Amino acid sequence: MHRILRKEDLTPSVHLLEIEAPAIARKAKAGQFVMVRLDEAGERIPLTLADWAPQAGSITLVFLEVGRETNMLAKLCAGDYLTDVAGPLGQPTHIEKFGTVVCVGGGVGVAAIAPIARSMNEAGNRVVSIMGARSSNLLFWEDRLKSVSHEFIVITDDGSHGRHGVVTQPLKEVLERAPGPDRVIAIGPAVMMKFCALTARPFSVKTIVSLNPIMVDGTGMCGSCRVSVAGQTRFACLDGPDFDAQDVDWDLLLNRLRTYADKEKQALEMWRRQCASAPAREGESSGHAQG
Amino acid sequence: MPRVDTHREPMPKLEPSARRETFEEVAVGYEQATAEHEASRCILCPRQPCVGGCPVGVDIPQFVKALREKDMPAAVRILKSKNSLPGICGRVCPQESQCERQCVIGKLGAPIAIGRLERYVADWEMAHGPVAAAAPTSSQPSGKRVAVVGSGPAGLTASADLAKSGHQVTIFESLHTPGGVLAYGIPEFRLPQRIVKTEVEYVCSLGVEMRLNWVVGKTITIDEILSDGYQAVFLGTGAGLPQFLNLPGENYGGIYSSNEFLTRINLMKAYLFPSYRTPINIGQVVAVIGGGNVAMDSARCALRSGAREVYLVYRRSRTEMPAREEEIENALEEGVIFKLLTNPRKFLGNDQGQVTGMECVEMELGEPDQSGRRRPVVKPGSEFVMKVDTVVVAVGTTPHPLVPSTTPGLTVSAHGTIAADEGSGQTTRPAVWAGGDATTGSATVISAMGAGRRAAAAIDHYLRKGTGG
Ligand SMILES: Cc1cc2nc3c(=O)[nH]c(=O)nc-3n(C[C@H](O)[C@H](O)[C@H](O)COP(=O)(O)OP(=O)(O)OC[C@H]3O[C@@H](n4cnc5c(N)ncnc54)[C@H](O)[C@@H]3O)c2cc1C
Ligand SMILES: Cc1cc2nc3c(=O)[nH]c(=O)nc-3n(C[C@H](O)[C@H](O)[C@H](O)COP(=O)(O)OP(=O)(O)OC[C@H]3O[C@@H](n4cnc5c(N)ncnc54)[C@H](O)[C@@H]3O)c2cc1C
Ligand code: SF4
Ligand code: SF4
Ligand code: FES
Repeated sequence: MHRILRKEDLTPSVHLLEIEAPAIARKAKAGQFVMVRLDEAGERIPLTLADWAPQAGSITLVFLEVGRETNMLAKLCAGDYLTDVAGPLGQPTHIEKFGTVVCVGGGVGVAAIAPIARSMNEAGNRVVSIMGARSSNLLFWEDRLKSVSHEFIVITDDGSHGRHGVVTQPLKEVLERAPGPDRVIAIGPAVMMKFCALTARPFSVKTIVSLNPIMVDGTGMCGSCRVSVAGQTRFACLDGPDFDAQDVDWDLLLNRLRTYADKEKQALEMWRRQCASAPAREGESSGHAQG
Repeated sequence: MPRVDTHREPMPKLEPSARRETFEEVAVGYEQATAEHEASRCILCPRQPCVGGCPVGVDIPQFVKALREKDMPAAVRILKSKNSLPGICGRVCPQESQCERQCVIGKLGAPIAIGRLERYVADWEMAHGPVAAAAPTSSQPSGKRVAVVGSGPAGLTASADLAKSGHQVTIFESLHTPGGVLAYGIPEFRLPQRIVKTEVEYVCSLGVEMRLNWVVGKTITIDEILSDGYQAVFLGTGAGLPQFLNLPGENYGGIYSSNEFLTRINLMKAYLFPSYRTPINIGQVVAVIGGGNVAMDSARCALRSGAREVYLVYRRSRTEMPAREEEIENALEEGVIFKLLTNPRKFLGNDQGQVTGMECVEMELGEPDQSGRRRPVVKPGSEFVMKVDTVVVAVGTTPHPLVPSTTPGLTVSAHGTIAADEGSGQTTRPAVWAGGDATTGSATVISAMGAGRRAAAAIDHYLRKGTGG
């Protein structure tokens, strides 16, 4: 059982949970994730470590409401409990003094890129951060990312905040500079990472992405998370989630992400109906009951 | 010599037609009268060869005698003094090649159904409440702490024995439910989860601390465990890394490793979706590739989860199948269709990346190979396509690299198994022992338990004498 110490709504659909997890906080490194199971009937879902505090014994997770698990998570409050949290899993992001590093965060990926940008900064790199979202009401952690960056660009699809456009445009501009950056790290929706890879390709700068296939255990025992990288099958939870963007088979990743689309939709609708019929109970007691 | 009763009591089972609809246990268990009759067949031979066939040395004639004298608490105590997981073993031990194979009655007719009697005694205790344990051999607390990695049968047995010897034991388990393969692999209809839960609770009741969601190598390393005040470590990490066929198209959606398929169904209860929230895609036609117990379990799970047709695709013939005969019969009775001497060559998919078919070839049996089994060779020109919408690859697992790769000084073999002394389980790393599937590759529950017991004895010796095992 892991107590929720703090909840913050970063945007209407993106939420932050600070959770008691001393053993994980002690070992966490940028780029790693945890597997979370909300309650006895829950799915195990992967969420990136957005932050951690070894002294306080807590970790911070940031998630976007997409399906049933994340919608249910969004209902929890400080004082509630998560049944299971396991980690830190996956290989940490390779941090080193490369020179200039571009950190691209799209959507909820901003939460995952923030600790990487911070670590890259601490390692002595010049950090250029590019943060993107569909619209201004989906942006969060702008100050936090800015504070660890030497250069900071924010961009929205609809132009409601910062520049108008998508993250690949400023990425291309930074890549075209002379001298160009020494490394690019892009985290966000699979499609965004795919286009960042395409954008970076002509510049032959090492580009790292954090892949997000569907996972079950997150420890390498099931193969659900298999991705194809440089023609080889790899387990993202064990060998990744970071991989060289130029080697990733993006179509395979996108197809595998669709595997349960029908079932997920059905589950979300069923849950929404249940909430609608018993709104008060849901809001108040979910989670408390398991404490 | 008294006349020997060769009539072995059959195991009552659910009707095959009813089984397809439910995950309820297939084997119903003996009634009191049948159990007592079966027990009465045992001639309590003084040489008791059956005991030598059991890797944990259950005192078989003694518990059988107590059973037939209707002293059930005594039967429970005798059984549990050697076997901490009797309800599990009574169900899943391959008795025909262990204890029952050595039974003298087997030379005249059918051997005593030792496994079924063991199950009967364990189930009696579950129905009547726990029997006070026999006095532990040494209840003196030793003041020593032992860490056990993995809560499968090897880890549970080692923990129980170490706790009984007075050591303070902590189990580190990476999953959210204890039991190892007993929890995520073997399906409910062969081994109900309530049995696993009760027997795990029994082990914990001996004073063993269970830490779930601790992934050793990630959350904590062996080095950190040893410097955290634990004097010895037992690795019972199993053989949980799935193998694939490395064929084209194997990553299409709808193609599962048996580990993923069984984990979704058993551990995450995907067959109760959407009440339980982990999904699984089981189409109309399912192909399971393999011929072992894991393939049989996968095929039978697929049938129960609503598949119209389930094919078992195996490249040799029925004679070479490694699965237990009983499991093969159960699968056939339930309607699994065997496609023998057939091997997949590649997988076919649609534009959504989901599997739609499997290109196969027919095989013939050629010369015997190293294992002594006739080697399958491809029949030229025999290619054909099977239309399928779910595939389960059940071609084996190997030990997971996580602990070896994060533990300096631990040697692994070319097959990934942890090198350990066969008798004691001592590894190449001081203060670290290992046993079960982690050291042998996939084997059996009872052999893992035997290894856990031997390692516990060696660790106890090491902790008391301060010498290596
Ligand atoms: C290593 C890793 C780290 C992640 N970190 C974060 C994070 O920090 N914050 C966050 O919000 N999300 C993160 N994700 C994605 C997150 O795990 C999924 O959004 C979550 O599992 C969805 O669960 P659900 O039941 O709410 O939705 P579901 O009902 O399961 O899915 C709804 C839809 O979301 C998409 N989806 C499902 N699973 C995933 C997935 N694993 N990745 C991307 N899309 C998916 C599918 O298109 C699906 O149709 C991460 C994924 C991985 C693999
Ligand atoms: C589907 C299936 C059916 C089977 N049927 C039978 C049968 O009928 N009869 C029979 O005798 N045998 C059967 N077997 C084989 C039997 O289950 C195994 O031989 C036995 O479980 C091995 O026990 P173990 O304790 O060595 O490992 P496991 O049972 O594999 O347990 C290992 C445990 O260690 C944990 N672990 C691994 N790595 C770490 C880590 N880094 N940190 C923390 N924890 C970790 C795992 O999560 C797991 O819980 C079957 C196997 C399968 C897969
Ligand atoms: S534990 Fe297994 S091998 Fe030993 S007596 Fe019981 S059924 Fe037989
Ligand atoms: S060998 Fe058979 S008959 Fe003899 S004691 Fe063992 S179970 Fe009984
Ligand atoms: S999630 Fe199971 S192997 Fe990666």
